[in-house]
Order: sequence, then C-alpha cells, then structure tokens
Amino acid sequence: MTQRITSGSFLASYGVVLALAGVILFGWLRYDNFLGLFNVMSVLRYNSMFALVSLGMCFVIMTGGIDLSVGATAALASVVAAQFSHYGAVAGLTAGVLAGFGVGLVNGLIIIRLQIMPFITTLATMLAAGGLALLLSGNQTIPVSYQTGFTWLGQGNLWGLPVPALIAALAYVAGSVVLNLTSGGRTVLAVGDNEDAARLMGLPADRVLFAVYLACGGLAGLAGVVLAAQFGAGQPIEGKGWELFAIAAVVVGGTLLTGGAGSVLATLAGVLLMGVLFTILNFENGKGWISLSAYWQSVIRGLFLLAVVVLQARLADPARRPSGAAGG
Amino acid sequence: MSDGGLIVSLGRHGPLLALLALIVLNILITPNFLTLQTLNVNLTQVCTIVIVAVGMTLVIATGGIDLSVGSLMAIAGALAPMIFLGTLFTIGPVWLAVTVAILVALGATALLGAFNGWLIARFNIQPIVATLVLFIAGRGIAQVMTNGNLQVFKVPEFQFIGLGRMFGIPVQAILMLIFVVVAAWALRRTVFGRQVLAIGGNDRAAVLAGVPVARVKIAVYAISGFLAGIAGLIVVAINSASDANLVGLGIELDAIAAVAVGGTLLTGGRATVWGTLVGAFTIQIVRYTLLANGVPDAAAMVVKAAIIVAAVWLQQRGKRA
Repeated sequence: MTQRITSGSFLASYGVVLALAGVILFGWLRYDNFLGLFNVMSVLRYNSMFALVSLGMCFVIMTGGIDLSVGATAALASVVAAQFSHYGAVAGLTAGVLAGFGVGLVNGLIIIRLQIMPFITTLATMLAAGGLALLLSGNQTIPVSYQTGFTWLGQGNLWGLPVPALIAALAYVAGSVVLNLTSGGRTVLAVGDNEDAARLMGLPADRVLFAVYLACGGLAGLAGVVLAAQFGAGQPIEGKGWELFAIAAVVVGGTLLTGGAGSVLATLAGVLLMGVLFTILNFENGKGWISLSAYWQSVIRGLFLLAVVVLQARLADPARRPSGAAGG
Repeated sequence: MSDGGLIVSLGRHGPLLALLALIVLNILITPNFLTLQTLNVNLTQVCTIVIVAVGMTLVIATGGIDLSVGSLMAIAGALAPMIFLGTLFTIGPVWLAVTVAILVALGATALLGAFNGWLIARFNIQPIVATLVLFIAGRGIAQVMTNGNLQVFKVPEFQFIGLGRMFGIPVQAILMLIFVVVAAWALRRTVFGRQVLAIGGNDRAAVLAGVPVARVKIAVYAISGFLAGIAGLIVVAINSASDANLVGLGIELDAIAAVAVGGTLLTGGRATVWGTLVGAFTIQIVRYTLLANGVPDAAAMVVKAAIIVAAVWLQQRGKRA
C-alpha cells in the first residue's frame, strides 16, 4: 500500500517539474525578456523567503503534522533581526534565527510532551508569535541598520546570484541530503507513514518530531531575517497567510498531507511554480491584450491548487484499488 | 478515576466554569462591567464569530475543517451590496432588491460550501487542502468582483441585520441564538446529527452502516458556507461598507479556537454547539478583560494562545482518565 501511494506521489512530483518547465517555456515564447537576467533574479530573490518557509513545512507535513505558525514566526524573527541588526549583520542573523528556533522549540514541546494536535498547537503559537512581534515592535515597522551590512542578506549578490536565493538553495541541498541520505530522514518518513509502528520498531520518533518542528521554526526565522534584510525593516504584521502559501506549495509539489512520503526538490518546484505564475500575470498585463488586476493572482493560484489536488486524487485513486494497475 | 476526578470534571465543565469565573472576576475588577454598553460591545464583537463557529462545529464533528469561511464572508459581503446598490442590475423597490441581494449572496456561499464538501467527498481530498483552495481563491474572487474598492452604502432595510434591534436586543444576537439553538437541536435530536457524529467517529464504519456519507459531508460544508455568508452580511451591515480585503480576515482561526475551547473533539465524533458558544464568549471576555484593564491587544493574543493550549490539554486529560 505504502509503495503504491509513494509511486502515485512520484507521478505527481514529476508532474510539478513538467508543469514548471511548461510554464517557463510558455513565458519564454510569449514574452520578451521573460528569461532576462533582471526578471529571473527578482523572481528568485523575492521567492526565497517562501522557499525557506516551505522547506520546513515540507518536513513537518512528511511527518503527518502541520505548522500554522511559520508566517507569524517569520514576522517575529524579522522584528528581532531588525532590532539586533544594529549590533552587526551576524547578530541580526543569529537573533532572528534563534527567535525562530524559540517558536519551534515551544511547538515541539507542546506537541510531544502535552500530546496536543499539531494543528491546534501551531494555531496557538501563531497567535502568540504574532502577539510577541507586535509587543516587541510596539506595533510599528522596525528599520534595520544600513551600516552593518545586514541588508546584504536580502539585497546583496554573490557570484552574480541573489544572496537570499543562495541561502535558500543551500537549505534545500541540506534538506535533500538529510531526507535521502540520513537515518533521521528515513525516520521522518516512517513516523509520517505510521507513527505507532515507527515507535514499536524502536525508532526515535519523539526526537525526530522535535527536530522537525525545531528546524521548521528555524527556517521560518531565517525567512524572517531575509524579509527584514530585503525590505529594510522588521515587519510585525507581515507573514499573514505564508503558512497557507507554504502548504499549497508543498501540496503542489506532490507531498501527501497524510505524511509518509514527499520530496524536497518537488516542493522547491512548487514554490517556483506559484511564483512564476504571478510573474506571467504581470507580463501578460504588460502586453496589453488583457488587464487583470493583481487580485487575479490569488484566484489563479487557487484554481491552480484545485487542479493539482484533483489531479493528485485521480492519480492516487486507481493505485488504491486492489487491482493496482493504473488505467487510462 | 479517583486521582483524575478533578481534572475530568474540569475538562467537562471547564469552559462554563472558566466563563463564570471570568465574569465574577470582571465584576470585581473591571469598572462599569455590568452595564448594557459592555454587553453590547462584547455581543457585536462575538456574534459573527459564533455564527461561523456553529458551522465550524458541524464540520469538525465530521472530522473535517473549513478554512474558507473568511473568504466566503468576503464574497457574501461583496456580492450583496453590488445587487442592492444596482451595480450589477437594477431592481425596482428597495425591499425587493435587498431580499434578492441577501438570497443571492447566501445562495452563492452555500453553493461554494457545497463545492468544498463535494471535493472532499468525491475526490477524498483532505478537508484542510480542499478548503484551502477557496481560502486562497475566494478572497481573490471578492476582490476581483469589487476591483478591490470599498463599497459604501446607507440602506437601513439591509443594515437592519447588523444594526437593528427587536425587543431591545440586537438582531444579530437573535440570529446567533437561533442558529445555536437549531444546530444544537439538530446535532442531538435528528438523524442528520447522528450521521454527522457517526462520520466523525469512524468514516468507514459509517459507510458500512449505510450512512450517506458523501451527502452528509456536502450538506455540512454547505451549512458552514451559508453561515459564513450570514456573518459576512452582518459585518458589512455594521460597517455600512464592504471591503473585500478585510471582511472575515482570519475568522477561521477564531472560529476553530472557539470550537476547541468549547470542548468539541477536534478529531470528530463528539461535538457540542453550546460549548462552542461558551468557548467563543470565554475567548471574547478574556480579551475584553485584558483590554479594559489596560493590557495591549498584542499581549492579549499571547494569553489567548495559552488559553487554547490549556483548554485542549485539560479536555484530553479528561478524556483519557
């Protein structure tokens, strides 16, 4: 059964890469400068925050859990990072990531020690992190220091590539290695597939779950640091809805919400696909044939998510039948 | 049993006891707490949350969740003024225009709710993902319909549902009570209610027992959409304006919190509509207590988080003992 579901999600993962390639090809053929350096760089720079948050979400979802607190955590971390950026870039970076780890720590403790469902736990910590962000900032955006080089983390380039995109790329390589090459990664999937069985097999389920929520908080913190650095301010009310964007990206990437299977790189493709769709909308408006307001982006994203989940359900459906062979 | 006795009874009657304790505390420390104005302020803030949370209780009773309620509120709130202001088409008398506006808006949100249920029942998509679609697209639809513009109006016939009074009681509070009573009765006394709980208790067993699972699920999400539509209409009626960007923003979380604090089992199978009412009032009065005593709203959010975790923890301890 597991094998079949995994193969179904493999098809879906493969699909997202194809869809991404198709959308990029469409954009390249239809618009001038679609693959121009400026456009590619700005897409990568802007979406790196979402990529970081989605990576953590991907791991959490593979364990069969969910983390609704990532958006508020990113907002909190952006405020903390902005406040500490005046003591140096490293101080800002460290403080922001630590703030993220702090929320992840609380999530892990409540979920594992008190055994409260991840959905409710992270709903509560989302409120708490959002409240803390507002308290620390006094309900205002907090300007970052422009003297300490902190903004380089969001606005700078290295080897011609945006720094935040490189940070995200590094995180995805690490995530992919952990998932595919370490026993911890195996345990993540085992826990997501069947937590009780994983425990009975003597796998360190609690430790791995704790690590996953901790990492998810830390990545959200890192996204908050990038947010503050990129826009020059800690933003206590940013990050609303990021958690749902991340869930959508993970689902579009073919990771099953029931846990037990998933792909880190397909999640990245999911993030990029959602980002590129928005860019296509801008370019299409630029051609002047149609004039779709920015509000259409959420409608299109929603429709896209709909298409993907229905397709996934159809792909998974024949595999679930005893006869097994996928028809059509 | 003996050592867990206190915690068990706390888990069972905790929400109500907490609410009573809060009220007593407020009478002692908050100035002017026992006034009609305080009651009105709290009522107007809590009514829409309760109405949405009643639908959410039914959805959660089936083991599901509905993230789209806030977006559906925005759609109802955008659609109704477009009709009674004559933006879409003109209808003669005001009362007719308002009636059509309300019916179309509620019909639309009920249909969208049914669409959620259809996705969940037909394709076996997890509720959190299925309703995420309309959470994202729904607000976009409302924004596209109004082009993101504020619709301002002054139509007393319509605004009666948000600002009117009957026998001195706000109309929205009467509506809220009606929905709570009907839903509580339906959940406990009707076949439909039994079926809802059976599905939440064990989906597959319900199928084998001959429960029309798909139909019940679609109905439950349609009801949730309908109630969200009503809440959306009340909000725009109170504001004399409809802002698709803001109507219902984040209400799904308030509603889920009210359901959780009220003692409904979040995995489905056991639900209490009255508990949800108590849960919503508890959260509201905690917030009011903190605000009235000079604690900033941001700190109140942190306290609310702690209350949700504590309530669910007590509830689970009570269940295990």
